[in-house]
Amino acid sequence: MASPRRTRYTLRSVAVVYIALLVLAPLVVIIAKVVGDGWTAFADAVSSEAALTAFRLTAEVAGIAVVLNTLFGVGLALLLARHRVPGARLLNAVVDLPISVSPIVVGLALVLVYGPVDGWFGRALADTGIDVIYSTPGMVLATTFVSLPLVLREVLPVLHEEGDEMEQAAKVLGAGALQRFARITLPTIRSALSYGVVLSLARSIGEFGAVRVVSGGISGAGQTQTVTLLIEDKYEQLEGGTYQLALVLVAVTVLAIVIVSLRRRPRTDGVAGSA
Amino acid sequence: MSQVIGAERTGARLRAGSGLGLGAAVLWLSLLVLIPIAAVVAKGFGGGWSQFWQAITTEQAVRTLRFTVLSSLIVTVVNAVLGTLLAWVLVRDDFPGKRLVDVVVDIPFALPTIVAGLVLLSVYGPNSPVHLDVYGTKAAVVLALLFVTLPFAVRTVQPVLMALDREAEDAAACLGAQPPTIFRRIILPLLLPAIASGAGLGFARAMGEYGSVLLISGNLAGTQVASIYAYGRIQNYDFVGAAAVSTVLLAVSLLVLLALDLLQRRASRRG
Repeated sequence: MASPRRTRYTLRSVAVVYIALLVLAPLVVIIAKVVGDGWTAFADAVSSEAALTAFRLTAEVAGIAVVLNTLFGVGLALLLARHRVPGARLLNAVVDLPISVSPIVVGLALVLVYGPVDGWFGRALADTGIDVIYSTPGMVLATTFVSLPLVLREVLPVLHEEGDEMEQAAKVLGAGALQRFARITLPTIRSALSYGVVLSLARSIGEFGAVRVVSGGISGAGQTQTVTLLIEDKYEQLEGGTYQLALVLVAVTVLAIVIVSLRRRPRTDGVAGSA
Repeated sequence: MSQVIGAERTGARLRAGSGLGLGAAVLWLSLLVLIPIAAVVAKGFGGGWSQFWQAITTEQAVRTLRFTVLSSLIVTVVNAVLGTLLAWVLVRDDFPGKRLVDVVVDIPFALPTIVAGLVLLSVYGPNSPVHLDVYGTKAAVVLALLFVTLPFAVRTVQPVLMALDREAEDAAACLGAQPPTIFRRIILPLLLPAIASGAGLGFARAMGEYGSVLLISGNLAGTQVASIYAYGRIQNYDFVGAAAVSTVLLAVSLLVLLALDLLQRRASRRG
């Protein structure tokens, strides 16, 4: 019979070693690699024309996706929390679907509907001069798809928890809908909303598979390569700068995660599944 | 990813404004998610059942799907065990650096998948500083999947463990039960729904994973997962083949989500 103390140390060691080998060591090695290659290599990699275009494109696509998901997430959360919505269960389930759909399936799905050659809507859109696939709108759609529920899933539990007494009171006192939203609802969900935004931004910046399918990964003139696509391309072509660009994304991700996890209050309400 | 269902039936009725909002949300969901997914299924079955069956039973498709399911199952089992262990250590233990471990667990959730593959390669690839090269092996795929699914089980078990009432444990201890017995007889049954839910979400994620596996699997026939196979079909303009395999993947994620929903409903009914 092992003593409780020995059991505790064993469990602790397994946990720490697993995390260290699986996550920490790879991150440390890549940082060491980039530091070893020196500052000039880093500066060259992140300031090349392809890299700058990729950064701009990533910011544009991720930015629009986050705005769309924020509007959608807050709007639908308010509807689900404050109104009797027919089919709420189904709506809830559909919103979660994108999290567990393969990015390649997402890309394929969008190509089949919005592709210029034989997409369901794509041909009509192409006739009116709107390119979706192999162009920025398609990349925005793909990115929005994969990060769809992230804002909603942060905001909805808070709205449920806080109830709507304050809003009702404000209504009785004569506050308009906009005033109630700005003065009461928004301050209530502010921190949840910012976590949701940070998470979707991180997820959007990092999207790879879905964007790869819908963008065609075009390099050079008319580049549709975002940062993740450029990293993959540089790796395959054995060009330098792969690790430097990857480190930029590592830094962004780690920053986002640290912001969210250090400030998020621990959930003790026992709601299973709040990742 | 929790299922916070609009359970209260006390909310206000929809008025014109909110009705319009709901309409817009449903329209957007349809254009973005539902119609495209329907298009995949329609394409997969476009040539009838026999063509669909043919597309998913080619030698490579079968090998790929079998390997994808197998590696996802391995990952699910490991996550169920180690995810619970990690959650346990994070809730019940205390040691210097615990906070760091807690934060690091979330990193795979947001780290770009292609970067995840790249960083894993830098330690466990051809130029491994520890001379451990798994590049192009089946183990490499499992490693990448373990990385990207790490947070799921931990983050579903952790809150349940935190909210656990310790009275029953104390009572059992007073009556002379040893810690392993207490864990097996009292704690584990209460954690099981959360463990299943976290591991299940991880399974769904692993089945569809693409970016992290791409570089480290070495693009060999034996280590090809379903997403990489589907991408290859798209590149060859074989949209029917890609859609057929994608339909299988969609069916699997749908089944997992349904199962988890049922499980959660049963667990919450039991209290």
